[in-house]
Amino acid sequence: MSIQIKNVSKTFGSFQALEDVSLHIQSGELVALLGPSGSGKTSLLRVIAGLETSDVGEILFDGQSMIDRHPKERNVGFVFQHYALFRHMTVFDNVAYGLKVRPRKTRPSKLEIKNKVMELLKLVKLENFSDRYPTQLSGGQRQRVALARALAVEPKVLLLDEPFGALDAKVRKELRRWLRKLHNDFHITSIFVTHDQEEALDVADRIVVMNNGKIEQIGSPDDVYTNPKSPFVYDFLGNVNLFKGRLHNGKLMHGEFAIDVPDVQTHTEDHAVGYVRPHDIHIEKTNIPGTVPVKVSHIHLLGPIVQIELRREDIDEFLEAELTKEQFTNLQLKIGDHVFVKPKQLKVFIPEDFSI
Amino acid sequence: MEQSTFIQQVAPEKNNTVTKSAALQEPRFVRYTLIFIALAFLAFFIVLPLVSIFTTAFQKGVDVYVAAITHPDALAAIKLTLTVVAVAVPLNAIFGVMAAWALTKFNFKGKNLLLTIVDLPFAVSPVIAGVVFILLFGSQGLFGDWLFEHDIKIVFALPGIVLATVFVTLPFVARELIPLMQTQGTSEEEASISLGANGFKTFWHVTLPNIKWGLLYGLILCNARAIGEFGAVSVVSGHIRGMTNTMPLHIEILYNEYQFAAAFAVASLMSVIAIITLIVKDIIAWKSKSV
Repeated sequence: MSIQIKNVSKTFGSFQALEDVSLHIQSGELVALLGPSGSGKTSLLRVIAGLETSDVGEILFDGQSMIDRHPKERNVGFVFQHYALFRHMTVFDNVAYGLKVRPRKTRPSKLEIKNKVMELLKLVKLENFSDRYPTQLSGGQRQRVALARALAVEPKVLLLDEPFGALDAKVRKELRRWLRKLHNDFHITSIFVTHDQEEALDVADRIVVMNNGKIEQIGSPDDVYTNPKSPFVYDFLGNVNLFKGRLHNGKLMHGEFAIDVPDVQTHTEDHAVGYVRPHDIHIEKTNIPGTVPVKVSHIHLLGPIVQIELRREDIDEFLEAELTKEQFTNLQLKIGDHVFVKPKQLKVFIPEDFSI
Repeated sequence: MEQSTFIQQVAPEKNNTVTKSAALQEPRFVRYTLIFIALAFLAFFIVLPLVSIFTTAFQKGVDVYVAAITHPDALAAIKLTLTVVAVAVPLNAIFGVMAAWALTKFNFKGKNLLLTIVDLPFAVSPVIAGVVFILLFGSQGLFGDWLFEHDIKIVFALPGIVLATVFVTLPFVARELIPLMQTQGTSEEEASISLGANGFKTFWHVTLPNIKWGLLYGLILCNARAIGEFGAVSVVSGHIRGMTNTMPLHIEILYNEYQFAAAFAVASLMSVIAIITLIVKDIIAWKSKSV
C-alpha cells in the first residue's frame, strides 16, 4: 500500500512538531525517518497511524483519505519503542489479541487463531516461549513479540517507532538484519523511526532526514550520505570537519588554506563553511601547494579503521581524519609528527542565520 | 558462618528484609529506645482503646451483648449501613475509574480543575457536605418545593444518606488509581487500538486487568469509610430510629442514653468489620505487589 502525506502540520501547544510535511512512500518500500530527538519523526509516524491527529494536511493510503478514519480502521501494525506488550497476558495471548478482539463476523476460529499465532511465533523464533509473560523475556525477545503481535492482524503498513532503541548494540544489529530480511520476504510498506544514522543507512531503501518538524532531505542511503543537501544533513550523517572561511574569487580561504570551489556560484557572499568527511582528508608527508600544515595529536586504532586527530598549525583548530589500517601503516604516522593535509572532497554551504 | 552470609544474600529478594550496612546501624541503646517508644505509642492509642471496646461490650455478659446487636433498631441500623455501602461503593467504583481514566489517559482543558474537584471531599468537613445536601434538597432548600410536589424524599431518607456517603468517599478510588494509571502510561491502550480493538474492548481487556488490584484496594478503603461515615450522614439522616440510623448513628444514640454496654457491642461489631477490612487490604496490597 502506498502512503501519501500531503502538507501535514501539527503543533503541541506552542511547539511546532510538524511543519508542512509532504512525503510519498511507494508500496512495499522500507523507509527510515531519521532525525535528532524533537525533530518530529515520531509525531509523523503517530499521525500516520492515527494515534495523533494532524492540525492540517492529508494522509492517503492507496489514494484513500485516512484523516477521518479511527486508528483501529487503518489496518496499520504499530511497534512501540518500549514494546507496549500487554503485561498481564502471555506471549501467545499478546500475539493473538488483534485476532481475538475482532467482531464475531470477521473473527477467525480458535484453531485458526492458534495456528496463525504459532506460525508467527515460529517466524520470530519464539515458539517455545508462548506461555511466558513479557517480564520473563529479554528486551530483544519482547520486541520480537511486539513485531509478531503487529503482524498478526496482517497490516498493510508496518510502523516502527525506534524499534531497536532500547536494545544493546549486538542485539540491535541482529534484529535490524532480521527486519530487513522480514521485509524482503513480506514486502509490507514499512516506515521506521530512528535517531541512529547507521541503522537508517543499514536497513532502509530510502531515508527521510528530519529536523525541527521539517524534512531536510529524502533519498537513498548512498545519496543522503554522499550528497547531503544541507549542513544539517552533512552534520547529522556521520562525522564532519568544518572549514569556516571566506569565499574569494571562487576559492574558499581559511587561514593559510585555499581551495577551489567551482560549484559555488555566488561571489558576493563573504562567509562560507566547507564540510569535509574525515575519510576525505588526505594526508601528505611533504608540503605540496594547497595543503595545510598540521600536527598529529592523537591516534585511535579502531580495528580496521584508524582515527587521527590533527591540530592545525596555522590556526588553532582540530581536524579529524580517518584512514584504513593499510594507509596508516604506509604513512608511518606517530603522535607529534608534522604533516600536511588537504580535503579530497569538500562541500561548501553559505551559512544563513545559523552558526555551528 | 558461611551459611549465614549465604542466607543474607538471598533473603532480601525472597522476603523483603533489608540488610543494612554497618554505617546505617544505630547503637543498641538507641534502637531499643526508639522501638519501645513506638510500641508504647501504638499500645496506648490503638490497642488499649480496641481492647476497651470489647471489654465494655461484654461487661454485662454475653446475653446483653447478643440482645444489643439483635435489637430491631440495631438490626435496622446494620441493614441500612449495608444498603448504603452496597449503593455507594459501586457508584464510587464507576466514578473513580472514569475520573482516573479521563485524567490520566487524555489531555484536555480543565484537567487540573477536575483533579481538584476529585480532591474536594478530602478538604471539606463532612458536616459541611451534609449541610450542603440539606440546603439543596431540604424542605427550605433549592429543590425543596419541587421534590415535595413530586413526593420525592431525599433528605432524612435513604437517598440523602447515600448521597452524603458518596460525596465523602468520592476520592478514594480515583486517588488510588490516578498515580497507578499515570505510571502505566497509555502505550498499551494505543497498542490495543492499533490492533483493531474498540474503546470498550481496550478498557476491558487491557486497562482493567492492569488496574484491578489498585481498584480493589481503593474499593476496600472506600468501603471502610462508607461504613464508618458519621458527620455528613448525621446531618442528613434526621436520626429516625429504626429508619434512618446507620450503625455509627445508632452507637451515638445508645451512648447518649447511657446504654454503654449496648453502644460498645455495636461498636465492637464495627471494629471487627474494620479489622477484617484491614486484613483484606493487606492481602490485596501484598498480592498486587507480587503480580
